[in-house]
Amino acid sequence: MMQIPCIFCGPRDENEFICGGTSHIARPPLAADDRAWGEYLFFRENPKGLHLERWRHVHGCGRWFNVARDTVTHRIVRVYAMTSAPGP
Amino acid sequence: MLRGALAGREFWPPAWRDPQPKPSYDVLVIGGGGHGLATAYYLAKNHGVRRVAVLERGWIGGGNTGRNTTIVRSNYLYPESARLYDFSLKLYEGLSRELNFNIMLSQRGLILLAHSRHDLDAMARWANAMRMNGIHAELLDAAQIAELAPALAVSAHGRLPVLGGFCQRRAGTARHDAVAWGYARAAAALGVDIIQNCEVQEIIREGGHAAAVRTSRGTIRAERLGIAAAGHSSVLAKLAGFRLPVTSYALQAMVSEPIKPVLDTVILSPGTGAYVSQSDKGEIVIGAMLDLFPSYAQRGSFAVTQSIIAATLALFPSFSRLALMRQWAGIVDVVHDSSPIIGATPVPGLYINCGWGTGGFKAIPVGGWTFAHVLATGANHPLAEPFQLDRFISGRLIDEAAASGIAH
Repeated sequence: MMQIPCIFCGPRDENEFICGGTSHIARPPLAADDRAWGEYLFFRENPKGLHLERWRHVHGCGRWFNVARDTVTHRIVRVYAMTSAPGP
Repeated sequence: MLRGALAGREFWPPAWRDPQPKPSYDVLVIGGGGHGLATAYYLAKNHGVRRVAVLERGWIGGGNTGRNTTIVRSNYLYPESARLYDFSLKLYEGLSRELNFNIMLSQRGLILLAHSRHDLDAMARWANAMRMNGIHAELLDAAQIAELAPALAVSAHGRLPVLGGFCQRRAGTARHDAVAWGYARAAAALGVDIIQNCEVQEIIREGGHAAAVRTSRGTIRAERLGIAAAGHSSVLAKLAGFRLPVTSYALQAMVSEPIKPVLDTVILSPGTGAYVSQSDKGEIVIGAMLDLFPSYAQRGSFAVTQSIIAATLALFPSFSRLALMRQWAGIVDVVHDSSPIIGATPVPGLYINCGWGTGGFKAIPVGGWTFAHVLATGANHPLAEPFQLDRFISGRLIDEAAASGIAH
Protein backbone atom coordinates (compact mmCIF):
# COMPACT_ATOMS: atom_id res chain seq x y z
CA MET A 1 0.00 0.00 0.00
CA MET A 2 1.28 3.47 -0.85
CA GLN A 3 1.97 6.01 1.86
CA ILE A 4 0.89 9.41 0.58
CA PRO A 5 2.28 12.49 2.37
CA CYS A 6 -0.74 14.80 2.61
CA ILE A 7 0.65 18.34 2.67
CA PHE A 8 -1.66 19.16 5.58
CA CYS A 9 -1.67 15.94 7.67
CA GLY A 10 1.58 14.14 6.84
CA PRO A 11 1.99 10.56 5.58
CA ARG A 12 -1.15 8.40 5.58
CA ASP A 13 -2.24 5.14 3.95
CA GLU A 14 -3.40 5.28 0.35
CA ASN A 15 -6.97 4.19 1.19
CA GLU A 16 -7.58 7.48 3.03
CA PHE A 17 -7.31 9.25 -0.34
CA ILE A 18 -8.95 9.37 -3.74
CA CYS A 19 -7.10 10.23 -6.92
CA GLY A 20 -8.66 12.99 -9.01
CA GLY A 21 -6.62 12.36 -12.16
CA THR A 22 -4.26 14.59 -14.11
CA SER A 23 -3.53 18.07 -12.72
CA HIS A 24 -3.01 21.38 -14.47
CA ILE A 25 -5.51 20.88 -17.30
CA ALA A 26 -6.63 24.30 -18.45
CA ARG A 27 -10.27 24.70 -19.46
CA PRO A 28 -10.65 26.07 -22.98
CA PRO A 29 -12.63 29.24 -23.63
CA LEU A 30 -16.40 28.82 -24.05
CA ALA A 31 -16.08 29.62 -27.75
CA ALA A 32 -13.82 26.57 -28.27
CA ASP A 33 -14.84 24.10 -31.01
CA ASP A 34 -15.88 20.47 -30.47
CA ARG A 35 -12.35 19.17 -30.96
CA ALA A 36 -10.92 21.45 -28.26
CA TRP A 37 -13.71 20.44 -25.84
CA GLY A 38 -13.25 16.74 -26.59
CA GLU A 39 -9.50 17.04 -26.03
CA TYR A 40 -10.11 18.89 -22.76
CA LEU A 41 -12.67 16.41 -21.43
CA PHE A 42 -11.28 13.05 -22.51
CA PHE A 43 -7.82 12.99 -24.09
CA ARG A 44 -4.86 12.52 -21.72
CA GLU A 45 -1.10 12.01 -21.83
CA ASN A 46 -1.45 8.89 -19.62
CA PRO A 47 2.35 8.77 -19.21
CA LYS A 48 4.35 5.68 -18.31
CA GLY A 49 6.59 7.42 -15.81
CA LEU A 50 6.21 10.76 -14.04
CA HIS A 51 2.59 11.95 -13.70
CA LEU A 52 1.34 15.16 -12.08
CA GLU A 53 -1.98 14.34 -10.47
CA ARG A 54 -4.52 15.57 -7.94
CA TRP A 55 -5.35 13.68 -4.77
CA ARG A 56 -7.92 14.44 -2.08
CA HIS A 57 -7.47 13.36 1.54
CA VAL A 58 -11.11 12.33 1.64
CA HIS A 59 -10.97 10.41 4.94
CA GLY A 60 -8.72 13.04 6.58
CA CYS A 61 -8.65 16.79 6.17
CA GLY A 62 -10.79 16.56 3.02
CA ARG A 63 -8.47 18.86 1.07
CA TRP A 64 -7.01 18.60 -2.42
CA PHE A 65 -3.30 18.77 -3.25
CA ASN A 66 -0.96 17.80 -6.09
CA VAL A 67 1.30 14.76 -6.26
CA ALA A 68 4.15 14.12 -8.71
CA ARG A 69 4.30 10.32 -8.87
CA ASP A 70 5.91 7.70 -11.08
CA THR A 71 3.20 5.44 -12.57
CA VAL A 72 5.60 2.48 -12.91
CA THR A 73 7.28 2.46 -9.48
CA HIS A 74 4.53 4.45 -7.63
CA ARG A 75 7.34 6.49 -6.06
CA ILE A 76 6.16 9.96 -5.01
CA VAL A 77 8.64 12.62 -6.08
CA ARG A 78 6.91 15.73 -4.76
CA VAL A 79 3.69 16.88 -3.11
CA TYR A 80 2.61 20.50 -3.50
CA ALA A 81 -0.33 22.84 -3.05
CA MET A 82 -3.08 23.21 -5.67
CA THR A 83 -1.91 26.74 -6.41
CA SER A 84 1.82 25.95 -6.69
CA ALA A 85 3.59 25.89 -10.03
CA PRO A 86 3.50 22.47 -11.76
CA GLY A 87 6.57 20.28 -11.94
CA PRO A 88 8.34 17.46 -10.16
CA MET B 1 1.36 -36.38 -27.27
CA LEU B 2 2.17 -39.89 -26.01
CA ARG B 3 5.65 -39.65 -27.53
CA GLY B 4 6.20 -36.30 -25.80
CA ALA B 5 5.07 -37.69 -22.46
CA LEU B 6 7.26 -40.81 -22.72
CA ALA B 7 10.30 -38.78 -23.77
CA GLY B 8 10.46 -37.07 -20.41
CA ARG B 9 8.36 -34.08 -21.52
CA GLU B 10 11.35 -32.48 -23.23
CA PHE B 11 10.62 -32.83 -26.93
CA TRP B 12 7.29 -31.12 -27.48
CA PRO B 13 7.20 -29.82 -31.05
CA PRO B 14 6.68 -26.03 -31.13
CA ALA B 15 3.10 -25.03 -31.99
CA TRP B 16 4.22 -22.07 -34.08
CA ARG B 17 7.38 -21.01 -35.92
CA ASP B 18 9.87 -18.60 -34.35
CA PRO B 19 10.79 -16.57 -37.45
CA GLN B 20 13.26 -13.75 -38.01
CA PRO B 21 11.46 -10.53 -38.92
CA LYS B 22 11.27 -9.88 -42.69
CA PRO B 23 12.08 -6.36 -43.99
CA SER B 24 8.44 -5.69 -44.92
CA TYR B 25 4.89 -6.94 -44.51
CA ASP B 26 1.43 -6.01 -45.75
CA VAL B 27 0.17 -5.60 -42.18
CA LEU B 28 2.03 -5.30 -38.88
CA VAL B 29 0.11 -5.90 -35.67
CA ILE B 30 1.78 -4.39 -32.61
CA GLY B 31 0.91 -6.46 -29.55
CA GLY B 32 0.87 -10.24 -29.26
CA GLY B 33 -1.98 -10.66 -26.82
CA GLY B 34 -5.30 -12.26 -27.63
CA HIS B 35 -6.54 -9.29 -29.69
CA GLY B 36 -3.34 -9.01 -31.76
CA LEU B 37 -3.14 -12.76 -32.45
CA ALA B 38 -6.85 -12.99 -33.30
CA THR B 39 -6.42 -10.00 -35.63
CA ALA B 40 -3.56 -11.75 -37.45
CA TYR B 41 -5.55 -14.98 -37.71
CA TYR B 42 -8.64 -13.29 -39.19
CA LEU B 43 -6.48 -11.19 -41.56
CA ALA B 44 -5.17 -14.42 -43.03
CA LYS B 45 -8.37 -16.47 -42.72
CA ASN B 46 -11.13 -13.97 -43.61
CA HIS B 47 -9.25 -11.61 -45.91
CA GLY B 48 -6.45 -13.71 -47.43
CA VAL B 49 -3.79 -11.26 -46.18
CA ARG B 50 -0.87 -13.62 -45.53
CA ARG B 51 2.11 -11.23 -45.28
CA VAL B 52 1.32 -10.39 -41.66
CA ALA B 53 3.54 -10.15 -38.58
CA VAL B 54 2.61 -9.83 -34.92
CA LEU B 55 5.24 -7.94 -32.89
CA GLU B 56 5.31 -8.72 -29.18
CA ARG B 57 7.58 -6.97 -26.70
CA GLY B 58 7.64 -9.93 -24.28
CA TRP B 59 6.03 -13.29 -24.95
CA ILE B 60 2.61 -13.87 -26.48
CA GLY B 61 -0.30 -13.86 -24.06
CA GLY B 62 1.99 -12.57 -21.29
CA GLY B 63 0.06 -9.37 -20.63
CA ASN B 64 -3.64 -9.08 -19.88
CA THR B 65 -4.45 -12.23 -21.86
CA GLY B 66 -2.66 -14.23 -19.16
CA ARG B 67 -3.84 -12.05 -16.27
CA ASN B 68 -7.64 -11.93 -16.52
CA THR B 69 -10.23 -14.02 -14.68
CA THR B 70 -11.18 -15.91 -17.91
CA ILE B 71 -14.84 -14.84 -17.91
CA VAL B 72 -16.77 -14.60 -21.19
CA ARG B 73 -20.23 -12.99 -21.31
CA SER B 74 -22.35 -10.60 -23.37
CA ASN B 75 -24.63 -8.95 -20.80
CA TYR B 76 -24.34 -5.38 -22.06
CA LEU B 77 -26.92 -2.61 -22.00
CA TYR B 78 -26.95 -0.80 -25.34
CA PRO B 79 -27.77 -2.33 -28.74
CA GLU B 80 -24.35 -1.45 -30.22
CA SER B 81 -22.52 -3.23 -27.39
CA ALA B 82 -24.94 -6.16 -27.31
CA ARG B 83 -24.31 -6.82 -31.01
CA LEU B 84 -20.56 -6.57 -30.57
CA TYR B 85 -20.14 -8.72 -27.45
CA ASP B 86 -22.70 -11.35 -28.45
CA PHE B 87 -20.92 -11.80 -31.79
CA SER B 88 -17.80 -12.42 -29.70
CA LEU B 89 -19.54 -14.99 -27.50
CA LYS B 90 -20.87 -16.76 -30.61
CA LEU B 91 -17.34 -16.94 -32.03
CA TYR B 92 -16.15 -18.33 -28.67
CA GLU B 93 -18.86 -21.00 -28.88
CA GLY B 94 -17.30 -22.33 -32.10
CA LEU B 95 -13.68 -21.46 -31.39
CA SER B 96 -12.29 -24.83 -30.26
CA ARG B 97 -13.47 -26.34 -33.57
CA GLU B 98 -12.41 -23.30 -35.62
CA LEU B 99 -8.84 -23.33 -34.26
CA ASN B 100 -8.62 -27.10 -33.67
CA PHE B 101 -7.41 -26.22 -30.18
CA ASN B 102 -9.41 -26.90 -27.03
CA ILE B 103 -10.07 -23.53 -25.40
CA MET B 104 -12.03 -25.30 -22.65
CA LEU B 105 -15.09 -23.08 -22.99
CA SER B 106 -17.41 -23.81 -20.10
CA GLN B 107 -20.79 -22.04 -20.33
CA ARG B 108 -21.51 -22.39 -16.64
CA GLY B 109 -23.54 -19.21 -16.39
CA LEU B 110 -22.87 -15.88 -14.71
CA ILE B 111 -24.99 -14.64 -11.80
CA LEU B 112 -25.00 -10.96 -10.84
CA LEU B 113 -26.03 -10.28 -7.26
CA ALA B 114 -28.38 -7.51 -6.13
CA HIS B 115 -27.56 -6.31 -2.61
CA SER B 116 -30.24 -3.60 -2.34
CA ARG B 117 -33.61 -2.51 -3.73
CA HIS B 118 -31.67 -0.16 -6.02
CA ASP B 119 -29.65 -3.09 -7.37
CA LEU B 120 -32.85 -5.09 -7.97
CA ASP B 121 -34.40 -2.26 -10.00
CA ALA B 122 -31.19 -1.63 -11.97
CA MET B 123 -30.81 -5.33 -12.75
CA ALA B 124 -34.42 -5.66 -13.89
CA ARG B 125 -33.74 -2.84 -16.33
CA TRP B 126 -30.44 -4.39 -17.39
CA ALA B 127 -31.87 -7.89 -17.95
CA ASN B 128 -34.83 -6.46 -19.87
CA ALA B 129 -32.48 -4.42 -22.06
CA MET B 130 -30.58 -7.62 -22.86
CA ARG B 131 -33.79 -9.39 -23.86
CA MET B 132 -34.79 -6.43 -26.03
CA ASN B 133 -31.43 -6.94 -27.76
CA GLY B 134 -32.17 -10.61 -28.31
CA ILE B 135 -29.79 -11.96 -25.64
CA HIS B 136 -31.17 -14.34 -23.06
CA ALA B 137 -31.24 -13.11 -19.45
CA GLU B 138 -33.09 -14.46 -16.48
CA LEU B 139 -34.12 -12.53 -13.36
CA LEU B 140 -33.59 -14.63 -10.23
CA ASP B 141 -34.93 -14.39 -6.70
CA ALA B 142 -32.82 -15.18 -3.66
CA ALA B 143 -34.04 -18.80 -3.41
CA GLN B 144 -33.10 -19.50 -7.04
CA ILE B 145 -29.62 -18.05 -6.46
CA ALA B 146 -29.16 -20.17 -3.33
CA GLU B 147 -30.01 -23.25 -5.38
CA LEU B 148 -27.51 -22.38 -8.15
CA ALA B 149 -24.68 -21.52 -5.72
CA PRO B 150 -25.10 -23.42 -2.44
CA ALA B 151 -21.79 -22.13 -1.02
CA LEU B 152 -23.00 -18.53 -1.30
CA ALA B 153 -24.29 -16.91 1.89
CA VAL B 154 -27.78 -15.93 0.71
CA SER B 155 -29.50 -13.89 3.36
CA ALA B 156 -31.52 -10.69 3.39
CA HIS B 157 -29.84 -9.58 6.61
CA GLY B 158 -26.14 -10.42 6.22
CA ARG B 159 -23.21 -8.03 5.81
CA LEU B 160 -23.92 -8.21 2.08
CA PRO B 161 -27.63 -9.00 1.75
CA VAL B 162 -28.45 -11.04 -1.35
CA LEU B 163 -31.94 -10.03 -2.44
CA GLY B 164 -31.90 -11.44 -5.97
CA GLY B 165 -30.06 -10.93 -9.21
CA PHE B 166 -29.95 -12.12 -12.77
CA CYS B 167 -28.21 -14.74 -14.81
CA GLN B 168 -26.81 -15.09 -18.31
CA ARG B 169 -26.69 -18.84 -18.82
CA ARG B 170 -24.50 -18.68 -21.95
CA ALA B 171 -21.76 -16.84 -20.09
CA GLY B 172 -18.93 -18.78 -18.50
CA THR B 173 -15.19 -19.28 -18.60
CA ALA B 174 -12.56 -20.24 -21.17
CA ARG B 175 -8.92 -21.18 -20.74
CA HIS B 176 -7.15 -17.86 -21.36
CA ASP B 177 -3.73 -19.22 -22.39
CA ALA B 178 -5.38 -21.66 -24.79
CA VAL B 179 -7.12 -18.77 -26.56
CA ALA B 180 -3.74 -17.07 -27.17
CA TRP B 181 -1.98 -20.30 -28.14
CA GLY B 182 -4.86 -21.48 -30.32
CA TYR B 183 -4.97 -18.25 -32.31
CA ALA B 184 -1.15 -18.19 -32.52
CA ARG B 185 -0.90 -21.74 -33.84
CA ALA B 186 -3.74 -21.26 -36.33
CA ALA B 187 -2.34 -17.91 -37.53
CA ALA B 188 1.19 -19.32 -37.92
CA ALA B 189 -0.22 -22.22 -39.95
CA LEU B 190 -1.65 -19.64 -42.37
CA GLY B 191 1.76 -17.97 -42.77
CA VAL B 192 1.64 -15.25 -40.09
CA ASP B 193 5.02 -14.43 -38.48
CA ILE B 194 4.78 -14.25 -34.68
CA ILE B 195 7.83 -12.29 -33.51
CA GLN B 196 8.42 -12.25 -29.76
CA ASN B 197 10.95 -10.22 -27.75
CA CYS B 198 10.49 -7.45 -30.29
CA GLU B 199 9.78 -4.04 -28.79
CA VAL B 200 8.52 -1.21 -30.99
CA GLN B 201 10.69 1.84 -30.24
CA GLU B 202 9.68 4.24 -32.98
CA ILE B 203 6.82 4.58 -35.45
CA ILE B 204 8.29 6.00 -38.64
CA ARG B 205 6.12 8.29 -40.78
CA GLU B 206 6.73 9.11 -44.44
CA GLY B 207 4.74 11.97 -45.92
CA GLY B 208 2.47 11.83 -42.89
CA HIS B 209 1.71 8.11 -43.36
CA ALA B 210 2.80 5.45 -40.89
CA ALA B 211 5.30 3.50 -42.99
CA ALA B 212 7.51 1.43 -40.70
CA VAL B 213 8.51 0.67 -37.15
CA ARG B 214 11.95 0.65 -35.61
CA THR B 215 12.14 -2.25 -33.18
CA SER B 216 14.64 -3.93 -30.91
CA ARG B 217 15.08 -6.41 -33.81
CA GLY B 218 15.49 -3.93 -36.67
CA THR B 219 13.32 -1.74 -38.85
CA ILE B 220 10.23 -3.33 -40.41
CA ARG B 221 8.11 -1.72 -43.13
CA ALA B 222 4.39 -2.25 -43.62
CA GLU B 223 1.48 -1.03 -45.74
CA ARG B 224 -0.74 -0.78 -42.66
CA LEU B 225 -0.03 -0.87 -38.94
CA GLY B 226 -2.38 -1.89 -36.14
CA ILE B 227 -1.91 -1.27 -32.43
CA ALA B 228 -3.47 -3.81 -30.04
CA ALA B 229 -1.58 -3.04 -26.84
CA ALA B 230 -4.28 -2.58 -24.15
CA GLY B 231 -2.77 -0.70 -21.18
CA HIS B 232 0.22 0.43 -23.25
CA SER B 233 -1.89 2.00 -26.03
CA SER B 234 -1.03 5.54 -24.90
CA VAL B 235 2.71 4.74 -24.99
CA LEU B 236 2.47 3.62 -28.63
CA ALA B 237 0.15 6.50 -29.55
CA LYS B 238 2.77 8.88 -28.17
CA LEU B 239 5.38 7.31 -30.47
CA ALA B 240 3.06 8.14 -33.37
CA GLY B 241 2.43 11.67 -32.08
CA PHE B 242 -1.18 11.63 -30.87
CA ARG B 243 -3.10 11.21 -27.61
CA LEU B 244 -5.90 8.83 -26.67
CA PRO B 245 -8.86 9.21 -24.29
CA VAL B 246 -7.32 6.37 -22.26
CA THR B 247 -6.11 6.11 -18.67
CA SER B 248 -4.15 3.01 -17.62
CA TYR B 249 -5.09 1.38 -14.33
CA ALA B 250 -4.06 -1.81 -12.56
CA LEU B 251 -6.80 -4.43 -12.33
CA GLN B 252 -5.93 -7.22 -9.95
CA ALA B 253 -6.89 -10.83 -9.55
CA MET B 254 -5.86 -13.69 -7.30
CA VAL B 255 -6.26 -17.44 -6.91
CA SER B 256 -6.52 -19.71 -3.90
CA GLU B 257 -5.05 -23.16 -3.46
CA PRO B 258 -7.02 -25.76 -5.46
CA ILE B 259 -9.97 -27.39 -3.70
CA LYS B 260 -12.69 -29.86 -4.65
CA PRO B 261 -15.58 -28.57 -6.79
CA VAL B 262 -17.68 -26.11 -4.79
CA LEU B 263 -18.80 -23.45 -7.27
CA ASP B 264 -20.00 -24.41 -10.76
CA THR B 265 -21.06 -20.96 -11.91
CA VAL B 266 -19.59 -17.44 -11.90
CA ILE B 267 -20.69 -14.98 -9.21
CA LEU B 268 -20.33 -11.23 -9.72
CA SER B 269 -21.19 -8.73 -7.03
CA PRO B 270 -21.13 -5.40 -8.89
CA GLY B 271 -21.66 -3.51 -5.64
CA THR B 272 -18.35 -4.67 -4.18
CA GLY B 273 -16.43 -5.52 -7.36
CA ALA B 274 -15.89 -9.15 -6.29
CA TYR B 275 -15.91 -11.58 -9.20
CA VAL B 276 -15.65 -15.23 -8.11
CA SER B 277 -15.40 -18.51 -9.98
CA GLN B 278 -13.62 -21.86 -9.64
CA SER B 279 -11.09 -22.93 -12.24
CA ASP B 280 -11.02 -26.43 -13.69
CA LYS B 281 -7.90 -27.03 -11.59
CA GLY B 282 -9.97 -26.24 -8.49
CA GLU B 283 -8.54 -22.83 -7.57
CA ILE B 284 -10.99 -20.16 -6.45
CA VAL B 285 -10.38 -17.31 -8.89
CA ILE B 286 -11.15 -13.85 -7.52
CA GLY B 287 -11.25 -10.71 -9.64
CA ALA B 288 -11.15 -7.28 -8.04
CA MET B 289 -12.19 -3.73 -8.81
CA LEU B 290 -9.71 -1.26 -10.28
CA ASP B 291 -6.95 0.34 -8.25
CA LEU B 292 -8.33 3.81 -8.92
CA PHE B 293 -5.14 5.71 -9.71
CA PRO B 294 -3.08 5.65 -12.94
CA SER B 295 -0.58 2.82 -12.93
CA TYR B 296 1.69 0.81 -15.23
CA ALA B 297 2.84 -1.48 -12.39
CA GLN B 298 1.61 -5.02 -12.95
CA ARG B 299 0.82 -5.56 -9.29
CA GLY B 300 -2.17 -4.43 -7.30
CA SER B 301 -2.37 -2.33 -4.19
CA PHE B 302 -2.89 -4.22 -0.93
CA ALA B 303 -5.74 -1.85 -0.02
CA VAL B 304 -7.82 -3.26 -2.89
CA THR B 305 -6.69 -6.86 -2.28
CA GLN B 306 -7.90 -6.56 1.29
CA SER B 307 -11.29 -5.07 0.44
CA ILE B 308 -11.99 -7.62 -2.29
CA ILE B 309 -11.09 -10.54 -0.03
CA ALA B 310 -13.37 -9.09 2.67
CA ALA B 311 -16.24 -8.90 0.17
CA THR B 312 -15.54 -12.43 -1.13
CA LEU B 313 -15.56 -13.86 2.39
CA ALA B 314 -18.80 -12.05 3.22
CA LEU B 315 -20.30 -13.85 0.19
CA PHE B 316 -18.55 -17.20 0.77
CA PRO B 317 -17.76 -17.59 4.50
CA SER B 318 -16.53 -21.15 3.90
CA PHE B 319 -13.55 -19.81 1.89
CA SER B 320 -12.06 -18.11 4.95
CA ARG B 321 -9.46 -20.86 5.60
CA LEU B 322 -8.19 -21.02 2.01
CA ALA B 323 -4.59 -20.08 1.36
CA LEU B 324 -4.15 -17.50 -1.38
CA MET B 325 -1.50 -18.74 -3.81
CA ARG B 326 -0.97 -15.87 -6.21
CA GLN B 327 -2.03 -12.27 -6.66
CA TRP B 328 -1.21 -10.09 -9.67
CA ALA B 329 -2.52 -7.23 -11.83
CA GLY B 330 -2.89 -6.39 -15.49
CA ILE B 331 -2.72 -2.85 -16.87
CA VAL B 332 -6.06 -2.01 -18.45
CA ASP B 333 -6.93 0.80 -20.86
CA VAL B 334 -9.99 2.53 -19.46
CA VAL B 335 -11.90 5.09 -21.51
CA HIS B 336 -14.63 7.39 -20.28
CA ASP B 337 -17.56 5.31 -21.58
CA SER B 338 -16.03 1.85 -20.96
CA SER B 339 -16.48 0.95 -24.63
CA PRO B 340 -13.74 0.01 -27.09
CA ILE B 341 -12.09 1.93 -29.93
CA ILE B 342 -11.63 -0.14 -33.12
CA GLY B 343 -10.56 1.82 -36.17
CA ALA B 344 -8.55 4.66 -37.63
CA THR B 345 -6.21 6.99 -35.73
CA PRO B 346 -5.21 10.57 -36.66
CA VAL B 347 -2.17 9.04 -38.45
CA PRO B 348 -3.01 7.65 -41.92
CA GLY B 349 -2.10 3.98 -42.24
CA LEU B 350 -2.15 3.46 -38.46
CA TYR B 351 -5.15 1.82 -36.79
CA ILE B 352 -5.92 0.99 -33.17
CA ASN B 353 -7.87 -1.57 -31.17
CA CYS B 354 -8.04 -0.44 -27.54
CA GLY B 355 -10.28 0.83 -24.76
CA TRP B 356 -11.61 -2.58 -23.74
CA GLY B 357 -10.60 -1.66 -20.21
CA THR B 358 -11.57 -4.31 -17.70
CA GLY B 359 -13.30 -6.53 -20.28
CA GLY B 360 -10.87 -7.36 -23.06
CA PHE B 361 -10.71 -11.14 -22.73
CA LYS B 362 -14.35 -11.81 -23.61
CA ALA B 363 -13.94 -9.60 -26.67
CA ILE B 364 -10.85 -11.24 -28.18
CA PRO B 365 -12.69 -12.95 -31.08
CA VAL B 366 -14.73 -9.89 -32.09
CA GLY B 367 -11.82 -7.52 -31.50
CA GLY B 368 -9.71 -9.61 -33.87
CA TRP B 369 -12.53 -10.03 -36.40
CA THR B 370 -13.41 -6.33 -36.68
CA PHE B 371 -9.81 -5.06 -36.41
CA ALA B 372 -8.72 -7.43 -39.19
CA HIS B 373 -11.58 -6.06 -41.30
CA VAL B 374 -10.45 -2.44 -41.03
CA LEU B 375 -6.77 -3.36 -41.49
CA ALA B 376 -7.53 -5.41 -44.62
CA THR B 377 -10.12 -3.18 -46.28
CA GLY B 378 -9.55 0.29 -44.83
CA ALA B 379 -13.29 0.43 -44.02
CA ASN B 380 -14.84 -0.10 -40.61
CA HIS B 381 -16.63 -3.36 -39.92
CA PRO B 382 -20.35 -2.58 -39.36
CA LEU B 383 -20.11 -3.91 -35.78
CA ALA B 384 -17.24 -1.52 -35.07
CA GLU B 385 -18.77 1.55 -36.75
CA PRO B 386 -20.15 3.06 -33.49
CA PHE B 387 -16.83 2.45 -31.69
CA GLN B 388 -14.61 5.06 -33.32
CA LEU B 389 -12.16 7.49 -31.77
CA ASP B 390 -14.14 10.49 -33.05
CA ARG B 391 -17.01 9.76 -30.65
CA PHE B 392 -14.94 11.54 -28.00
CA ILE B 393 -15.16 14.68 -30.15
CA SER B 394 -18.80 14.35 -31.26
CA GLY B 395 -19.92 13.32 -27.77
CA ARG B 396 -21.78 10.22 -28.99
CA LEU B 397 -20.50 7.99 -26.19
CA ILE B 398 -21.77 4.45 -25.53
CA ASP B 399 -21.71 4.43 -21.76
CA GLU B 400 -21.34 0.86 -20.50
CA ALA B 401 -19.90 1.84 -17.12
CA ALA B 402 -22.37 -0.41 -15.30
CA ALA B 403 -22.26 -3.39 -17.67
CA SER B 404 -18.48 -3.38 -17.77
CA GLY B 405 -18.86 -5.27 -14.52
CA ILE B 406 -15.97 -3.67 -12.67
CA ALA B 407 -16.48 -0.55 -10.60
CA HIS B 408 -14.79 2.38 -12.37
